[in-house]
Amino acid sequence: MHASAGFFSPVDLVRFLPEIILTVVGTFLMVLDPILHKRSSHAFGHLSLLALIAAMGGSIYAYTEPGKSFNDMLVVDGFATFFRVLVIGVGIFTVLLSYRFLEREDAETSEYHALLLFSVAGQCMMAASNDLIMIFIGLEISSISSYVLAGYLRDDKRSSESALKYFLLGSFATAFFLYGVALIYGSTGSVNLSEVRRIITGPDVPSPVFIGLAAALMFVGLGFKVSAAPFQMWAPDVYQGAPTPVAAFLSAGPKAAAFAIFLRIFTTAFEPMSIAWQPVVFGGAAVLSMTIGNFAALLQSNVKRMLAYSSIAHAGYLMVALTARDNGTPAAMFYLVAYAFMNIGAFAVVAHLSGKGERYQTLDDFAGLAQKQPLTAAMLTIFMLSLIGVPLTGGFFGKFYIFKAAIESKMVWLSVFGLLNSAVGAFYYLRVLVMMYMHEPSKASSEVEPLPWGLGTALVLPAIATLFLGIFPSWVLDFARSATLLK
Amino acid sequence: MNLAAAFQMLSVLVVPLIGFIAAMCVPRSRPQNSRSLALVMSLLAFLDSLQLISKFDRTQGGEQFVLDLTWIPSVDIHFATSVNGVSLWLIVLTTFLTPLCVLVSWNSIQSRVKEFYAFLLLLEFGLVGVFLAQDLFLFYVFWEVSLVPMYFLVGIWGHDRRIYAAVKFFLYTMAGSMLMLVAIIYLYLQAHTFSYTKILEMLSRGDLSFTAGEQMLLFLAFFVAFAIKVPLFPLHTWLPDAHVEAPTAGSIMLASVMLKMGTYGIMHFCVPLFPRSAHTCAPWIAVLAIIGIIYGALVAMVQPNMKKLVAYSSVSHLGFVVLGIFSFSQAGMDGAVYQMLNHGISTGALFAIVGLLYERRHSLEIKDFGGVATVAPWLSTAFLITTLASIGLPLLNNFVGEFLVLQGTAMEHYQWTIYASIGVILSACYMLWLYQRVFYGEVNPEVRSHISDLIPREWAVVIPLVVMMVWMGVYSQSFLPTVGKVTALVLEQSKINVPERVQIHGPRAGSMEAANAR
Repeated sequence: MHASAGFFSPVDLVRFLPEIILTVVGTFLMVLDPILHKRSSHAFGHLSLLALIAAMGGSIYAYTEPGKSFNDMLVVDGFATFFRVLVIGVGIFTVLLSYRFLEREDAETSEYHALLLFSVAGQCMMAASNDLIMIFIGLEISSISSYVLAGYLRDDKRSSESALKYFLLGSFATAFFLYGVALIYGSTGSVNLSEVRRIITGPDVPSPVFIGLAAALMFVGLGFKVSAAPFQMWAPDVYQGAPTPVAAFLSAGPKAAAFAIFLRIFTTAFEPMSIAWQPVVFGGAAVLSMTIGNFAALLQSNVKRMLAYSSIAHAGYLMVALTARDNGTPAAMFYLVAYAFMNIGAFAVVAHLSGKGERYQTLDDFAGLAQKQPLTAAMLTIFMLSLIGVPLTGGFFGKFYIFKAAIESKMVWLSVFGLLNSAVGAFYYLRVLVMMYMHEPSKASSEVEPLPWGLGTALVLPAIATLFLGIFPSWVLDFARSATLLK
Repeated sequence: MNLAAAFQMLSVLVVPLIGFIAAMCVPRSRPQNSRSLALVMSLLAFLDSLQLISKFDRTQGGEQFVLDLTWIPSVDIHFATSVNGVSLWLIVLTTFLTPLCVLVSWNSIQSRVKEFYAFLLLLEFGLVGVFLAQDLFLFYVFWEVSLVPMYFLVGIWGHDRRIYAAVKFFLYTMAGSMLMLVAIIYLYLQAHTFSYTKILEMLSRGDLSFTAGEQMLLFLAFFVAFAIKVPLFPLHTWLPDAHVEAPTAGSIMLASVMLKMGTYGIMHFCVPLFPRSAHTCAPWIAVLAIIGIIYGALVAMVQPNMKKLVAYSSVSHLGFVVLGIFSFSQAGMDGAVYQMLNHGISTGALFAIVGLLYERRHSLEIKDFGGVATVAPWLSTAFLITTLASIGLPLLNNFVGEFLVLQGTAMEHYQWTIYASIGVILSACYMLWLYQRVFYGEVNPEVRSHISDLIPREWAVVIPLVVMMVWMGVYSQSFLPTVGKVTALVLEQSKINVPERVQIHGPRAGSMEAANAR
């Protein structure tokens, strides 16, 4: 093995390329701040956009050299590449969303973009880690940047509250995760996932109590991160208070990365021992998340809050995929892509409509948008239909594939429950359509500004992608199916 | 496969879709262009479907114009479409009614004109797709896709309670179809294919079989989805709301075509795929159908609102269709299909003319009318013919369908026929009473000042409908032979895996033959 020869080899650097690009440019942005400040307000955005595109290229290039790196701490496989591209893509759309938002709030600084890049770097690392410590580091990089981002508008009380809440509960979750890691290390003597798997399946099985406890603690920690019930209570307040582009980012990026860890840990290290309890625990979390998310969303009048509860419900659908184990992995991967597109699109419309100081966020503010800006309304219609799960959208095919996996794993009851739940969900998504198309224009939609280019791109591309995923799902699906995990 | 014919079939599907996109692209400043565009595109689709009839081989009952393209290879989903003797007529019904809907809406739709016609064409696309699809996944896709334009048609251009009606309609159908989706996936995992024809073959060869419990659950999952759409009592409560609140064109498409998605689904999927359960449930379903027939008619009788009356009459008429299917007799099934088409024509015409009255008087309340026949004799004549057709007067279309259904039911279960016939009598009561109150009597001064007779555009709507009523009533041979070939196959299919049927019905079937011989 090359690692024994030196500290690391050039191949290792290639495999670590996206993270390197993102952190270097992130740091560079902060250095650049005093030079560029206030001269050209879009410059930071352009730079981070370039960095993200380069990082995406980097992660694809890294996949030409698949394998394990840095003493098996990092693994570049199809799975890691899939998630790296996904979280970087989420980052790109977030930057596009942010241009107009930051300008409007008069808050364009380098640190916003630097934090975003760091957060994406952390998520890339989470996707590619093969080691519990690496996962933890990635999780922390991603989380701490996100806490700051959530409180980015520091003069806004809602934003500060959101950040504090996110920080407190997020730290708890990370602590839980870390306890789990400690228990694993204590009982197996290793933090490497492949190693842990080998020891668990080997002849000298350590006490199952500790392993079980460790798995449970990690489940709690990651459950927080993906906002699955019963660990979902932070999500509505955080999403509502955070600046809208950040909320869009939080609901798609960190969530995807956390699900990547979920899938990796529970299909590699803990796979041998999780057969017995997985349907009960994951299935239970799925049922709770879907029910709480959908029913609570019915009662919301604030659209951001509604989308937050909807994201809890969608975490529930993803938990169904996790319950289905091997069948469910490609389904979860596909769904995360589809969900990222439709959710970013939906938040983009909120960001567009809400106006300076994010005054307009209620359902009533969406009234008559279709008359004032038919294109924006049509895009939001596509996203809402996709969130409902109407055919020819990515959301439908994702849902179909998840429940197919569940039925394949003999969980018909869970599928029936989940699909009926999504019929309940249809009601609150439809309310948005009702408002936009069937009511007279509100103050908000009368005042809405023309679609700026960045936001427009962050609307049109996800809309096209949502339809594309619904009509030609094979492209993404085939990759997800072939992107097996290196165990 | 015959590619030219398959593309002919595909063009019926694609033309409305092109129309939808084109209508969306009409410049906002000239919305009126969209309605001419919609008229041209829908007529084009109609002509295409007429060509389909001319190329259709009437001598065989199987699927024709078979087209099978791989759509999503990783899950083995195909774009598989074909036409049989039943779906052919339902497609033609759809393409026949869409141009009429455009004409009916010509002046009554004034706001957001281009979206209206765009959604109408999208609806046509979805409906034609439902009748064409032979891949269960594709069928589900079209089934759901047709829901969206109708939701907007009701929700944007409907009457006062339109939002409530639209959301209720969407959620009802959605809840039902979710169960169907589970069943479709389950079926796929057992058969490893979504292809309806392949699954049928596997069933008849015995390569695929279900336990009684499995079959019953699958049957119910499909059946509930279809029964909501039909709608079968007691799942009908969305229908009066949606029909009443929809704009005229929406009511026509909803009643004439969308309800047939349910009955078509029952006949095309439920019965052949799960024959044993279909037989087991038949008595229960028949009871619900009969309750629907009588209940729908009784409720229709007391309605003060014309549209609501016609809506409840649909519940009653569709009961006959379900009854015919579950009589499992040749005549009953033929009658059921024929009744689907008849109801499409005559209820479509009722809604159209009620729409014309509403445009003039801006009211749907029966008490606001009276003496219309004096001021608008031609309109009244058209309504009279439609009324007579709707109540099943011989020489008009509904008579043939109802007669066949009752005949088929009588051969199998005489009591069912007795109860169902009550519905026929009641339909005469409520329709004639409606006619009397609206068109005869004192001329209301409001009526005199508002109501004028048909104008050429409205003649163009009414005449084709009346011609079809007479044609289908007088010369059903144009339609029934192709239908009969398909229903014979469905009946054949429904006997597979039904061993008990032979035991129960053996002696009686024998005695029937003896009776016929005599």
